[in-house]
Amino acid sequence: MSAVLAIENLTLVRGGRTLASGLNFKVRSGGALLLTGANGAGKSTLLRAIAGLFTPASGAISISGDDLDNDETPALQAHYLGHADALKGALTARENLEFWSAALKRSAGLDPPQALAALNLAHVADLPAGWLSAGQKRRTALARLLVVERPLWLLDEPTTALDAASQVRLAQSMAAHRAKGGMIIAATHAPLGLEDAAELRLGTSL
Amino acid sequence: MTRIFIALYQRDLRLAGRIGGGASMGVVFFLILVTITPFAIGPDLNLLARIGPAILWIAALLATLLGLDRLFQADQEDGSLDLLHMSDAPLELIVAAKCLAHWTATCLPLVLAAPLFGLMLALDGEALAGLSASLLAGTPALTFLGAIGAALTASLRRGGLLMAILILPLAIPVLIFGVSAASSAGMETTPFLPPFLILLALSLASMALAPFAAAAALRSLGE
Repeated sequence: MSAVLAIENLTLVRGGRTLASGLNFKVRSGGALLLTGANGAGKSTLLRAIAGLFTPASGAISISGDDLDNDETPALQAHYLGHADALKGALTARENLEFWSAALKRSAGLDPPQALAALNLAHVADLPAGWLSAGQKRRTALARLLVVERPLWLLDEPTTALDAASQVRLAQSMAAHRAKGGMIIAATHAPLGLEDAAELRLGTSL
Repeated sequence: MTRIFIALYQRDLRLAGRIGGGASMGVVFFLILVTITPFAIGPDLNLLARIGPAILWIAALLATLLGLDRLFQADQEDGSLDLLHMSDAPLELIVAAKCLAHWTATCLPLVLAAPLFGLMLALDGEALAGLSASLLAGTPALTFLGAIGAALTASLRRGGLLMAILILPLAIPVLIFGVSAASSAGMETTPFLPPFLILLALSLASMALAPFAAAAALRSLGE
């Protein structure tokens, strides 16, 4: 699998404030990009724009690759892990994952129980998600990235509420994803284990 | 695309049935509204039988709106709506799946319970049948119209009241033809079919058009 995400001349305006202008960058298969910058610098907005959830004022976001259709939008190729975990408290962790698997899946990925086991959550698979701790909910949300295979991971503060062991496991998952040709763009304040990644600092040009 | 439709429909039904879901609440609310009306109006059976269909229809309208404010708000708050945006199904289809699930979980129990509650308002056999038929034909219009309001107020914290204010005027035609179909059943002076067919037309039109309006409202949420 080889693919390229290209951002060309992107300008983001939110609430009348220009967060970024003339952004240009590319992320290739196996690559990773760290978004850094102060609170409110526009890291989340940039991730949401790539995910197709925020309309940029100008510029283009495109993804291309050998085994991707040309008319595919990045939204269909991307996983977005935002501040919210997208879990229903009344459903069990496994039911939540089964739903996202049915809703988003287009190619092979892990089964929900396997993905939960990979994140060391097998023992809470049948508990309602509302009963889980913040870190367990975050890991259930991360398990979604393993259940549905998509080449681009957009991670917004992925380590929030994770303990040290889980952070190591997340770093391993990210390394495995990149080894398979995946791409990662992560907004973070904490070290993620992506030391070789390129860094884009937002907010400095203002 | 059909897979996400079915998955979303099943998930919303399951959520409605679990603790905190609204499935049984609508029927209980309906029951309470119908029960307190005779206390306000008095035990005049002829009067109750005459206004019974109207009371049941207003109760059904309010019970439907009651659960609708969370239709998109819950998904908006926990981030699910963002991910549904990123699926390959158009947002219109997602709106339709959620509306159908809401109708099945909230309105269908009302339709099934209505004959029972109609007895409390001294309605007779034919009037009960007409009432059930009119509710079955008209409640989809209430759900789908309500979805527009639910989508417009999805990002507001206390959007439920605003939603009711937005949607109740739109529901007036449904109420007029629903009540006139229900009350003309079993009467000789007025025909049942014309208002019933208009009611069906209202439901079909709102099922066809409301998903587009609601999806447009949801698209503008993230901006």
